[in-house]
Amino acid sequence: MSSIDARPSGATGSDSRPHVAFWNNPKARGVLFQMLLFLAVGFLAYAAASNAIENLQKQKIASGFGFWNNIAGFDIGQRLIPYETTSTYGRAFWVGLLNTLLVAGIGIVLATLLGFVIGIARLSRNWLVAKLATVYVELIRNTPLLLQLLFWYNAVLKALPEVRESLALPGGAFLNTRGLFVPEPVFGAGFSLVLGALGAGFVAHLGIRRWARRRQERTGQRAPVLAIGFGLIVLLPLLVYLLAGQPLSFAYPDLGRFNIRGGVQVYPEFVALLLGLVIYTAAFIAEVVRAGIQAVSKGQTEAAYALGLRPGPTLDLVVIPQAMRVIIPPLTSQYLNLTKNSSLAVAVGYPDLVQVFAGTVLNQTGQAVEVIAITMAVYLTISLATSLIMNWYNARKALVER
Amino acid sequence: MSTEMSSAPPSGTASRAYVRAAAAQVLPPPVATSGLIGWLRTNLFSSPGNTLLTLLALLIAFWIIPGFVRFLITDAVWSGADREACVAKGGVLPGACWAFVKDRLAYFIYGAYPVESRWRADLFFLLGALGIGWLLWLNAPRRDLGLVYFLVVLPLAVYGLLSGRNPLAFLAYPYDLVTGRSVILGLVFAALLFLAGFLVARSEGVRAGRAALFGLAALVILTAAGLAFERLWGAIGLAPVDTARWGGLMVTLVVAGVGIVASLPLGILLALGRRSKLPVIKFFSVLFIEFVRGVPLITVLFMANTMLPLFLPDDITVDKLLRALVGIALFASAYMAEVVRAGLQALPKGQYEGAMAVGLGYWQMMRLIILPQALKVTIPNIVNTYIGLFKDTSLLLIVGIFDFLKAIETARIDPQWAAPTVSATGYAFAAIVYFIFCYGMASYARATERRLSKADKR
Amino acid sequence: MKKLMMSVALGAALGMVAGAASAQTLNQVKTRGVLQCGSNTGLAGFGQPDAQGNWTGLDVDFCRAVAAAIFNDAAKVKFVPLSAKDRFTALQSGEVDVLVRNTTWTMSRDTSLGLEFGPVNYYDGQGFMVRKKLKIASAMELSGASVCTQQGTTTELNLADFFRANKLKYEVVTFATSDETTKAYDAGRCDAFTTDASGLYSERLRLTNPDDHMVLPEIISKEPLGPAWRHGDNQWGDIIKWTHYAMLTAEELGVTKANVDEQLKSTNPDVKRLLGTEGKFGEAIGLTNDWAYRIIKHVGNYGEVFEKNVGQGSRLKIARGVNALWNKGGLQYAPPIR
Repeated sequence: MSSIDARPSGATGSDSRPHVAFWNNPKARGVLFQMLLFLAVGFLAYAAASNAIENLQKQKIASGFGFWNNIAGFDIGQRLIPYETTSTYGRAFWVGLLNTLLVAGIGIVLATLLGFVIGIARLSRNWLVAKLATVYVELIRNTPLLLQLLFWYNAVLKALPEVRESLALPGGAFLNTRGLFVPEPVFGAGFSLVLGALGAGFVAHLGIRRWARRRQERTGQRAPVLAIGFGLIVLLPLLVYLLAGQPLSFAYPDLGRFNIRGGVQVYPEFVALLLGLVIYTAAFIAEVVRAGIQAVSKGQTEAAYALGLRPGPTLDLVVIPQAMRVIIPPLTSQYLNLTKNSSLAVAVGYPDLVQVFAGTVLNQTGQAVEVIAITMAVYLTISLATSLIMNWYNARKALVER
Repeated sequence: MSTEMSSAPPSGTASRAYVRAAAAQVLPPPVATSGLIGWLRTNLFSSPGNTLLTLLALLIAFWIIPGFVRFLITDAVWSGADREACVAKGGVLPGACWAFVKDRLAYFIYGAYPVESRWRADLFFLLGALGIGWLLWLNAPRRDLGLVYFLVVLPLAVYGLLSGRNPLAFLAYPYDLVTGRSVILGLVFAALLFLAGFLVARSEGVRAGRAALFGLAALVILTAAGLAFERLWGAIGLAPVDTARWGGLMVTLVVAGVGIVASLPLGILLALGRRSKLPVIKFFSVLFIEFVRGVPLITVLFMANTMLPLFLPDDITVDKLLRALVGIALFASAYMAEVVRAGLQALPKGQYEGAMAVGLGYWQMMRLIILPQALKVTIPNIVNTYIGLFKDTSLLLIVGIFDFLKAIETARIDPQWAAPTVSATGYAFAAIVYFIFCYGMASYARATERRLSKADKR
Repeated sequence: MKKLMMSVALGAALGMVAGAASAQTLNQVKTRGVLQCGSNTGLAGFGQPDAQGNWTGLDVDFCRAVAAAIFNDAAKVKFVPLSAKDRFTALQSGEVDVLVRNTTWTMSRDTSLGLEFGPVNYYDGQGFMVRKKLKIASAMELSGASVCTQQGTTTELNLADFFRANKLKYEVVTFATSDETTKAYDAGRCDAFTTDASGLYSERLRLTNPDDHMVLPEIISKEPLGPAWRHGDNQWGDIIKWTHYAMLTAEELGVTKANVDEQLKSTNPDVKRLLGTEGKFGEAIGLTNDWAYRIIKHVGNYGEVFEKNVGQGSRLKIARGVNALWNKGGLQYAPPIR
């Protein structure tokens, strides 16, 4: 050690290390900084908490989660589970949360479909189609979602005819300023059989797909999986439905004194929010899809063609599996964005979690801290759960490199 | 053809039938692959499927575009004093009611800002445009000064201009120690000014003792300057305008501007924190970033609006606009942090190792080697985050701040202009304004991306 | 120390910081030089800014009266527009000194929100507005109707109670602001629109065709609307209470904005006590003895303010009704100043 010691003479005694002031020692400095940060954050948290407690006590504002089981006393328009004015605030929370999940779930499916179509259209060799898709994407991505929601709700849906002049749509549905009224399906006795057939067909299809893939890996022969799947999932339930004596009928809506009665009412608030979310998110998904497909190098397609694969199988077997790897992570974050953006429901009066819970409940109980904390926790949970699932999926699908 | 031409004809052979001596006339390419028709063929009608698509697209275009043109231009009402101009005449609905926008334009831009002070808002727009121009024009002189102007001078100037309050009041606080007006405030700002001078001197390599002198000098000089400025400001005598009266596009631009200026440095710090090897710093950075990214902006704004006041001592209240500003800036900084982090990760490890090998400290390494490269490659993504931020400012209307969209909403409900197409017109106008700003930013991002990729290709 | 540190940290934040107090609101207001008054975001007749930011309305004039009593200047008020959702937190946190925003005095608000209520400056009740073409005469015929209402109000709760008690079916559509609610009703989203009756008259003016709509006769609730202040500041509470009572007393004694200077020479002991020419009532509440004179001089008595903003002198044309003085068959009754 000493033989290569070329340090300045500051080093003293047997210790070859130079004497360094502790603030110049990166390790000590690191510990110091971290301690300072910890203290600062801790102090802020403590100050905030003690202020809150002091303020709440001094002003006699109730605190704690006791309000959860109190009677809510207000009504909610759209609800997926039974809810009365005599239900509790806790129940109102679930109604709001389910409404959020409903609009987010349907929104994700529709936005994905539309987004893929637009994304592929942007890459189309058809100039007109590509340009139309580009205009769509640019227009939608460069205006705020809130503006679009307000537009759909206030300028489009409110301009629909009033109840008395409802637009009659084919199939017994009505469209008016109160929303879309569609026939309500009434399930007969034998309908469970149809559902059973559907389930069985689906399971059988999965099995056959697995078998077909194994066989292809072993022998190279491909089975007509798609046709068999169609038969199992569509034709089989249809057959059962006919055999069981068509156990499905519809209750048609008709005009009552004020409103249309019967049928299922799809509220305009829901429609506006869904439209806005789907159209907005689809533009972003389209960009994700486009980037994903462009990320697959051209050589892959050319190699597939060289091997004699036709365009269909090339897309199916070569391009899409590779593109999906690039698409999935940003696609997930778009799904999360859609879910979080559904909180803009408050602007169009759709009773989602934020409108019902962080709106009405917060106002009736006055317990801002608890209510906002719960609301944020819900969104955080959804985000984290999705991230976990996606990480797992990514790990499974990731390119295994040697 | 060329081989035929160049090969010398064998001489004296009677059996040769024909040898061309002159070049054949060059024929134009087949009509089917060139010119308008060729273009149409390859781009629109290359196959039956493609033709079908084209027809479908044409159908959509013909369904949408004439409607747009009719609504926005040909059927639109361009002048009028109130709703009478835009109500249905003879059962036919008119198009967009631009008369309404014309009538309320000042309201959309300034909100309820006092009429006699609106020149201040105009000056703000001008100063902002100047700063942006300076930064975006690549060949502009002294772009480094432009950055200082944009990040330091502009925010202070705008604050002073719009609120009418002395933006440099804090410089004079240490003087309170002399007068004994507010000891705490004086001490804190004296310490801050001293520290500023000290750190600047240190970063220039001045020894600690000397740097302390610099700090002292900075304290004295800046305080004196602050006092002088206070006099000057009093002499200018701008009337104070409460933030409750700020409104319209002005507020949207103020909020977006502050968010843009604040979120980048905050985002960089958070990104560095997240990649730090110090566990506590890393933990807090990750916690903050993931928390903010996991919740909707609106809940953050609600929190700033309803919860924050409870967390503060009861003798302190913070301006409503400021609370929302902080909320939006913090929200954007979490997203910015992830963008910057991606840029940091894209740098090869050799850059870090090289910087350390030449003996640079952490901050020097970041400032001189890593961040310039990392930020350069992420400029398009940073701008995209800014676009998101700009669009997000519209959420302010939900927490009751009078931004551009809120001005549109309020005007559209006014019975003086209650006509069927007024809402759609208001939204169309808002869309055009937002589009201009966002598309402008997006175009800049794309241009930068092209410029950078060109540089890479060399 | 902790508080000081926080103050300093926040004081640095652009200086956009204002102080407020829990126990000495009056001192805070005096040092600030301006009264911060929580008002409606826009309800014609009660509190509404025009495009230039000039505020008018019954509640607004009440704030002006308080400012006049303190500063002898009715213009020293800063109006902070608050939605129904934000109003209580704004008051709790000290963002406003007093909330005069057609707020209903209820027991739970009085006891668990950290607020204090007192005088009622407008006795109201909840009603319904419907389109005339529906041809209904009573709220009892509303079964099956959809009703638009504003979120975070007592209205929302009364509505649920009314329909439950009468076993009527309905569908509720709630919005965050009164603007959105009114617009939704106007666009035909709902059959009926419900809020305080005064609000119905006021909002009706904002509909596209006000004459196509009518207010149903039923009043389904008691809505005593009045100013609210923070719990625990009794001195401040006294000022708020007696500002209202002074305006009532002035009306009762016939002291008006126009004749208040003449009335200074009045020999009527009640008038003398009101205007501070006799007794030291103003000093007892921390103000000057001419506090009531200032209120009437700058703003007017209750009757004048009422007629100007919501009564015959306004577009709302609401009759005094229960808001008449007690000796004219109404509920407005001021304790004597003595």
